[in-house]
Amino acid sequence: MRKAGGNAALVAVEDLEKRFDVSPPLLNRLLQGEPRALLTAVDGVSFNIPRGSTFSLVGESGCGKSTVARLVVGLYRPSRGRILFDGTDMAGGREAVAALRKRLQMIFQDPFASLNPRWRVADIVAEPIRAHRLLTGRAAIVARVGELLEQVGLSPADGEKFPHEFSGGQRQRISIARALASNPEFLVCDEPTSALDVSVQAQILNLMKRLQRELGLTYLFISHDLAVVYHISDFVGVMYLGRLVEWGEARALFRHPQHPYTRMLLDAIPDLKMTGRPRTPVAGEVPSPIAPPPGCHFHPRCPFAAERCRREAPKPLATNAGEVSCHAVEEGRLPPAERVVAPPVSES
Amino acid sequence: MVMDASTSRSLLSVEHLCIQIPGRRGTLTAVDDVSFTIGEGEVLGVVGESGAGKSLTGAAVIGLLEPPCRIAGGEVWFDGKRIDNLPYEKLRRIRGRHIGMVFQDPLTSLNPLYTVGRQLTETILTHSDMSEKGARKRAIELLKEVGIPAAERRVDQYPHEFSGGMRQRVVIALALCANPRLIIADEPTTALDVSIQAQIITLLKRLCREHGAAVMLVTHDMGVIAETADRVAVMYAGRIVEIGPVEEVVLHARHPYTVGLMGSIPLVGHDVERLVQIDGSMPRLTAIPAGCAFNPRCPKAYALCREQRPELEAVGACEAACWLFDDEAAARGRRHG
Amino acid sequence: MAAGAESGVTGSLGARLADGVYRFFDSDLWHSFTRSPVAVVSAAVTVLFVACTLFAPLVAPHNPFDLASIDLLDSFIPPVWQDGGDPRFLLGTDDQGRDIFSTIIYGARISLGVSFAAVLLAMALGISLGLLSGYLGGTVDAVIMRIADVQLTFPAILIALLIDGLSRSVLPRDLHSDIWFYVLVLAIGLSFWVQYARTVRGSVMVERNKEYVQAARVIGIPPLLIMVRHVLPNVMGPVLVIATINLAIAVITEATLSFLGVGVPLTSPSLGTLVRVGQDFLFSGEWWITIFPGVALAILVLAVNLLGDWLRDALNPKLR
Repeated sequence: MRKAGGNAALVAVEDLEKRFDVSPPLLNRLLQGEPRALLTAVDGVSFNIPRGSTFSLVGESGCGKSTVARLVVGLYRPSRGRILFDGTDMAGGREAVAALRKRLQMIFQDPFASLNPRWRVADIVAEPIRAHRLLTGRAAIVARVGELLEQVGLSPADGEKFPHEFSGGQRQRISIARALASNPEFLVCDEPTSALDVSVQAQILNLMKRLQRELGLTYLFISHDLAVVYHISDFVGVMYLGRLVEWGEARALFRHPQHPYTRMLLDAIPDLKMTGRPRTPVAGEVPSPIAPPPGCHFHPRCPFAAERCRREAPKPLATNAGEVSCHAVEEGRLPPAERVVAPPVSES
Repeated sequence: MVMDASTSRSLLSVEHLCIQIPGRRGTLTAVDDVSFTIGEGEVLGVVGESGAGKSLTGAAVIGLLEPPCRIAGGEVWFDGKRIDNLPYEKLRRIRGRHIGMVFQDPLTSLNPLYTVGRQLTETILTHSDMSEKGARKRAIELLKEVGIPAAERRVDQYPHEFSGGMRQRVVIALALCANPRLIIADEPTTALDVSIQAQIITLLKRLCREHGAAVMLVTHDMGVIAETADRVAVMYAGRIVEIGPVEEVVLHARHPYTVGLMGSIPLVGHDVERLVQIDGSMPRLTAIPAGCAFNPRCPKAYALCREQRPELEAVGACEAACWLFDDEAAARGRRHG
Repeated sequence: MAAGAESGVTGSLGARLADGVYRFFDSDLWHSFTRSPVAVVSAAVTVLFVACTLFAPLVAPHNPFDLASIDLLDSFIPPVWQDGGDPRFLLGTDDQGRDIFSTIIYGARISLGVSFAAVLLAMALGISLGLLSGYLGGTVDAVIMRIADVQLTFPAILIALLIDGLSRSVLPRDLHSDIWFYVLVLAIGLSFWVQYARTVRGSVMVERNKEYVQAARVIGIPPLLIMVRHVLPNVMGPVLVIATINLAIAVITEATLSFLGVGVPLTSPSLGTLVRVGQDFLFSGEWWITIFPGVALAILVLAVNLLGDWLRDALNPKLR
C-alpha cells in the first residue's frame, strides 16, 4: 500500500472492514423465511495519515465515512483488518488501548446532541482531565478549563453556564475544548461544520486550522462538502458504498481527478463564481448499501463502465499523487480531465 | 425570462411584513418590515442564516404560520388581490391551485399511508374538472416529467418505497400538478446528497421555466441560489439587508454582511489560509441591536449605525440597507434628516 | 443527583443551591404551574394532606389509638352539624368511640406512608433495571424484559395479594405482625416496577445513541459511570410523571388490600380499612363512619392524579 506524504504515518488503516447484522428478528426469519441481511458498511479500506496533516474522507450518504471514523476512534470493533495508532494495534489488549485513549479524541456533527444538557460546560470540558487523572486539585482543573475555553475563543466564565445557553457554533467550540483537554495528538472530526451556518463554519474552520498549527495536531476530517474539504485538507479520500475509490494529495486530486465518481462529485459542486459552467447531467442515485451492485459498486452510474466492471472489483493502482481503484484508469480508457478549477489564486 | 419587476405588475408583492411571536417574556419580532416582489416566472432567492426569518416569511406568504407566530403588520398581495387577510377556506383554495409548496423534508411532506398516485390524483381532482382516469393519466405524465423511471408502475407505490431524491421529485410533481403560478420552496435540497441536489435543482429550474411558474426559493445555501435564482434577497435578523440581481449580489456584494457571507464560503480552487470571518453570531430575537441589526459585527459601523435603522437604498443595480451607501448620511456625517 | 451536586467549578455549596433554587423559580415549569389553577389547587391539597399526616399528633384533636382516651359511651355520635352532634368530634365517632376526623388523619398517614415507600421501592428497582436493560442491551435486556412481560400479564392487585398472602402463610404470625409494613411496601412496590423499567429503558435507548454518550465512550469512561452520570439525569423527566400518578394508584391499591382485609392490620387502620369497617354500619344509619374516610380517600387520589396529569402535559415538549 502506498504511503502518503513524507512524514511517518501517525494513523494507518489496513484493509478495514465492518459488517453490521441488519437481519430481521429471529422470529420473523423463522416464520417468513427471510434470509440474514448483512450490511457491509466499510469494505476493505486502507489509508494512512502522516503526522501533522489533515486527511479528509468525503462521500455521500451510505458511503461509510462516518463508520470509518467510529472504527478509528474505537467506538466500533472492526470485523476485519486493523488500525495502527503510532505503530500500536488498536485491537491489542485493554491496557494498550487505555493508554491510547488520551492521545486521540473525537468531535461530532450535532452540536446539540454532543454535549450533555444537564452538565455545566466546565464539567463537560474537565471530564477527560478527571477521567485520565491528568491534574489533581480543583484549582488546577479550574485553571486548565479556563485556559482551554480561551483557546477556543470563549471566556472562562462560560464554564458556569449550561449548553443550551450557547449557539451552535459556540457549542462546537466547547466540543473542541473538551477534545483538547487530554492533550491529544489526533482528532477525528465527523462533519463538525455540517450543522452550522456558513459564517459560523468559517469561524470553526479557521479555529481548527490555527489549533493544528499551534498544537501540531493531526486530523481525520469527515465531510460531504467538497469545498470545505478543499480548504482544509492535505490529503483527500473519496468513498463510495464502503470502498475507497480514490485518494491522494488534495490539490492534485481536485485538479486531476481520476475516478469517474470523483469527477462526478466535482461536477456537482455549485458554481459560485457564476462562470456559467454547465453541470454534467448526473445519472442515478446511490444504491442501497445492503445490496450493492456486484463488481465495481459504481458501474451502474459510470459512463465508462465495461463488462469487466460488472464482474470484478477493481484493485488500487498507484498514481503520482495517491491511489485509484478503477478498471477504466488501469486500461487507459479514461480521458484526461483537467478540472475547471481555476489555478490557485492566493490571497493574503 | 427575467421580468423587470418594477414595470410589470408583480405576481407576488409583500409589503412591510411584520411577524411577531408573543412569548412569556414579551413579544419578539421575528420579521421586521420586509418588502419584496416576485414577477411572473421569476425566481427569487431568499437567503439567510438560521434565525434570519426567511422560513417564517415563506410560511407567512402561504398562510401557514404556526401559532403563536402571527402576522403583526404588512400586506401580502397575490395576482392583484390581497391574501393575508383572507378567511381560511379562501386561502386554502388559493394555496392549492395557484401557489404550490416544496418543503425540505420529503419524508414528512408526503403522507406515508397513501400511494403516490393517490396523493397526486387527489390534488389534481381538487383543483380541476378532470375525471378519475384523466387525473391518473396526468399523474403518470407528471411523474415522467419529474424524471421518475417506470412511472406507470411506480405511481402505485408508497412514499417509503422511494429514495430521498425520488421523493423530492414526487413532492415537486405534487407542487406542480395544479399548474400554480408561484411555487414556494423552503430548503428543497438541504436534506439531499450533493449529486442529487444538482439533479433536483436542474429539474426545478427546467420545470418552472416550462410551466411559467415563479419561484420563491428560501435557503441558506448560496450555491443553490447562484445556480437557480434571477434575483436574490439577503436576510439578516428579520430584515432584508440587500436585494438585487443574482450576479450582482453574488459577485459584487455591497452590504458588509453579504460581503462577509460570500467571503466565508470556501471555494474549490481558491486557496486562502483563512476564510473571511464575521465575529460573533446572529443576534437572538430577544436581543436585536438598536439601529442597524448588524452593527455590532460590522467592521465599518459608525455612530449612525447604532442609532438608526437604515432603509433599502439603490446602490448600482441592487438595493442595500446600509448607511455607507446613503449619500445624505455620508454628507451630513451624523443624523439623517 | 450526582451531576448537580458536583457541578460548578466555583462557588460554595450554599451559593450553588441558591442558584439552583433561583433557576427553578425562573423556569418555564414553575411559570406554567402558577398559570394553571388545577395544578395549584391539587398541589395545595396534596401538600395539605402530607403536612397533616406528618404532623398528625399536632393536628388531630384526639389520638384514636390511645385506648385510654376512648370512651365507649362516645360511640355513634353523628357529625357536629346534625342533631346530637358534639363539637368535640367534628365528623362524629365510630362504634368504639373514636373520633372520625382523627382516624382519617392517622389513617391517611398509614396510607401515604405505605404508598410513598412502595413508590420509592418501585422507582429504585425499575430505574436500575431499566438502565441496565437499555444501556447494555442484548441478553440482559431480553431477560429483564421477558420477566417484565410475564409480570404485566397479572394485574397489580393480584401480585400484591399474592405476595401478601404468601408472607402471611410462610412467616410466623408474630413476625408478620411486626413487619407487616415492609411486606405491604414490598407487595405494592414489586407490582409497579415494570412501568418505570420500560419507560427508562426506552429513554436510555434514545440517549445511548446521542453523541454526548459516544463522546464519553471515546474519552474512556466505563459504562456504569456513563449510565449513572450521563444518561440517568436525562431520563428522569418521564419518571417523575409516572411516580406522581403511581402514588395515587398505590394509595388505591393499599386501600383495596386493606378493604379486602389483607392489608394493614386493624390496630393501625388506613383509609381503606376505615371504609371497610364503616361499611357494616352504613345501612343502620351511621353513614358518617364510612363516607368520610371514603371522601378523604377520593380527594387525596384525585388531587395527586390531577397533579400528575398537569406534570405530564407540562413536561411534554410537543405540547409546549
